Amino acid sequence: MSETPPNIILHAADVHKNFGGLRALSDIDLQIEEGKTHAIIGPNGAGKSTLLNVIIGRIPPTSGAVVFDGTVLTGKAPYEINQLGISRVFQTPEIFPDLPVLHNVMAPAFARRDGAFRINMFRSVESEGEIRQEAEDMLNDIGLHGRREDHAGSLSRGDKRRLELAMCLIQRPRLLLLDEPTAGMSRHDTNSTIDLLRKIKSSGMTKVIIEHDMHVVFSLADRISVLAQGRIIASGLPQEIKEDPRVQEAYLGGSVE
Amino acid sequence: MFSLSRKDLAALAVFAVVVLTMPLWLSPLGAAYPGLMQKFAIYAIFAIGFNILFGLTGYLSFGHAAFIGVGSYTTVWSFKLLTMDIVPAMIFAVITTGVFALVIGYFSLRRTGIYFSILTLAFAQMCYSLAYSVLTPITNGETGLLLARDDPRYLDAMFGAQANIAGLPQPTFLGSSVTGYTGFYLCAAILIVAFYVSQKIFASPFGMALRGIKSNQTRMNYTGFNTKPYMLAAFVISGMFAGLAGALLSITDPLAGAERMKWTESGNVVLMTILGGVGTLFGPVIGAWLIKYFENIFSAINTNMLNNFFSFLPDGLQNVVVTVLSKFVGEGWHLTLGLMFVLIVVFLPGGLVEGFHRLMARLKRRRGTPGGVTSVQPAE
Amino acid sequence: MNVFLAQLLNGLDKGGAYALIALGLTLVFGTLGVVNFAHGALFMLGCFCAVTFRYLITLETVTVDPEKLSPWGAPVEVRTPLVQNWFGDFGAVLVDYSVPISILLAIPVMLIIGIAMERGIIKHFYKRSHAEQILVTFGLAIVLQEIVKSFFGANPVPQPIPTDLRGAADIGVWFGMAPHVLTYPWWRLLYLLFSAVVIGGVFAFLQFTTFGMVVRAGMADRETVGLMGIDIDRRFTIVFGLAAVVAGVAGVMYTPLLAPNYHLGMDFLVLSFVVVVVGGMGSLPGAVAAGFLLGILQSFASMTEVKSLIPGIDQVIIYLVAVVILLVRPRGLMGRRGIMES
Repeated sequence: MSETPPNIILHAADVHKNFGGLRALSDIDLQIEEGKTHAIIGPNGAGKSTLLNVIIGRIPPTSGAVVFDGTVLTGKAPYEINQLGISRVFQTPEIFPDLPVLHNVMAPAFARRDGAFRINMFRSVESEGEIRQEAEDMLNDIGLHGRREDHAGSLSRGDKRRLELAMCLIQRPRLLLLDEPTAGMSRHDTNSTIDLLRKIKSSGMTKVIIEHDMHVVFSLADRISVLAQGRIIASGLPQEIKEDPRVQEAYLGGSVE
Repeated sequence: MFSLSRKDLAALAVFAVVVLTMPLWLSPLGAAYPGLMQKFAIYAIFAIGFNILFGLTGYLSFGHAAFIGVGSYTTVWSFKLLTMDIVPAMIFAVITTGVFALVIGYFSLRRTGIYFSILTLAFAQMCYSLAYSVLTPITNGETGLLLARDDPRYLDAMFGAQANIAGLPQPTFLGSSVTGYTGFYLCAAILIVAFYVSQKIFASPFGMALRGIKSNQTRMNYTGFNTKPYMLAAFVISGMFAGLAGALLSITDPLAGAERMKWTESGNVVLMTILGGVGTLFGPVIGAWLIKYFENIFSAINTNMLNNFFSFLPDGLQNVVVTVLSKFVGEGWHLTLGLMFVLIVVFLPGGLVEGFHRLMARLKRRRGTPGGVTSVQPAE
Repeated sequence: MNVFLAQLLNGLDKGGAYALIALGLTLVFGTLGVVNFAHGALFMLGCFCAVTFRYLITLETVTVDPEKLSPWGAPVEVRTPLVQNWFGDFGAVLVDYSVPISILLAIPVMLIIGIAMERGIIKHFYKRSHAEQILVTFGLAIVLQEIVKSFFGANPVPQPIPTDLRGAADIGVWFGMAPHVLTYPWWRLLYLLFSAVVIGGVFAFLQFTTFGMVVRAGMADRETVGLMGIDIDRRFTIVFGLAAVVAGVAGVMYTPLLAPNYHLGMDFLVLSFVVVVVGGMGSLPGAVAAGFLLGILQSFASMTEVKSLIPGIDQVIIYLVAVVILLVRPRGLMGRRGIMES
């Protein structure tokens, strides 16, 4: 993969995905620049979630490869991909409902520090002051510090989403994948999530975001790719996308904002 | 590294006192016999180990009795071949069961839910059946593996120990016999250590990872944890606890029989854990003690004792009461046990520890203490 | 070849019993979502329906015949079953055919027991964890078997095969073999047919009645059926009763093949769970197929030729097969995804 330019952190090269006879993705060539927020938009059924699942290794592509910083991701287990520095926020929040909120955030931090497997049964969570502090700071940032002792399952839906985001952020991933991070949130929660994502934007974390909400997309994205019927029909700066007639026809219905 | 949080330290201290004073508080309950108290300690170790797997990861093994059996057989073989000292016996028992658990766990953990349970059950039942048939040279079949005067005991022979003792040799701990109260205090000390280890695991990042697996395995994978070795480690540790319990059974009574590997024994430890409270530190211990207590006390009561006890009643009534109650004791104590399960599960979901917490929460609320309810779920 | 056929037949009737028990277990699990550890006890209760019926029907009057004296001079006691007094020869037939006739007793009794169990305890456990379901039904199983023990004692109570059905059918002749080459006891043949009829009946019931349709829909997707506003509760009760009846009659007819004792239920419980899981949790055809498969394999494994080849195989074959199948096919023979996996 020597032709990959140095500032491209993720490259989905010539990816095809068929489900039976159905073509879910064809001819995908997607390059994600390091440090940028890249949004993938498209109508329902365009293959956005499939693309994300292929990137994360949940679904193997029929052909083509996904390369992350020089490493081919195809065939790797989810935990290996995470250990390479890719975290994912799911469409329906995947948290640890039976664990206290604080431990929800601490566990990913342990995975970052100790790797995929370590029997450290004679250490104690209590004495891990550094990680605990980090987790508490993170909870402060997302406004859940007051509920750190509660079981995560008792949080509201919006809080669960923010918690999941915190669980990903604490790993300081090089690439963060967000699958509709504000779906089902109130306007207020959506705005605070946008603020949070903006704040971490300055830290240089690369983000790929799948989103329906154009407000969110145009508030955050540096680059936008438009997916329709399993193909990328346009890719570029937000302004270019807004003005692209094909995109307006396929997805935006002629009116943006 | 060996430190505990203040809360855990207090719990450990209370636990140690409760265990060591067993002879005192069990005597009014009629259970202060060394033989019985040894059983209390041994089955508590078994349940604590089982809880590390079931309580933390939620994987329900129905084959843990196999590890008790393997531990027992290894111990007796160590007595027969090497030495009557219990330390090598226990070490070998734990290592052998660890290897066993590694193999069984490796295959069983490829499946989850009830498929995992049935796989462990199948492996244990195979061990049980084979112990009676093909493996008779190792297990001595239905008779059980016994000590014999002319066992080689190479290590003992090398050091000339126990060369000229009449009768069967007795297990020793650094030269002193481990019968009676010594045996009990040995088991008690090991139980306290086992409890401490379980506390450490519960409080460790390792334990947190196991809880994470129980709570949401998908998130664990996408968070960068390789869950397979975590599960296997929990399975092996829990199997080693069972092996240790098996070793202690054979140390306090030096024989090993295949009936210890029967699935009902695996079922028993499941019941002990659920009865006391899955995933709690004290629950499995309380469950184990209750079941063993009922097993021994209720099965020992007979009609004569009942007649004496109810002799103050008029004759007719006495007969009726004794006839009814006699169905629940002696041979019929299983009936009491069964009823106890049903009643406790119906009225105290989550086991005794959880029930206790609910009761406390309710009492607090009734007293009107503000903010009394913290992490405890409100009743109903 | 004949040996092969003989073992196949031997396995079939045992397989029939496994299939019948596993069928009810799967039905209850699939619709109610309850792991019923008391299901083996229901089989055992069915066995004891036959025992009770025979006990009742053979109650005797004892009269002393003053005319006859026994060789040592005491009056001879004449024992006549009451039914014979009342119905004459027909009474004698009743006694002779006590086992199959006791099905008529077993059906209502098992139905009542099943409904009582479901209404009394099981229904409170639909939303509880599988662990708690296991604990409560296990407790229930212990209670049931201890009650039976206190009435019938700990020893097995053998039940006779009706006189006309003793002996063996010369099946080989039916297939054009020489006489006495392939024989099969009549009662085993009957049990095989009986289990086939009951299994067929249950499937037909589920396939062709509205009730069965709802039950099948419930097995496929419990939540949706509940959301459709169908009164699930009443149907659950009936399904549980049905499962109890199936287990019960399976037990009744099995009594001449295996003298029932109070812990029979526990012995069959483990086996039937293995059968259900091998078949695939929640799959009725899977349960039946696995029942017969394991019965037949067990029968083959107990052949001396096989045993000399692999010592001890007869003891472990069922578990070995279970392990292999579960490792090769993650959800058993016909299991669906996502059932009992968390």
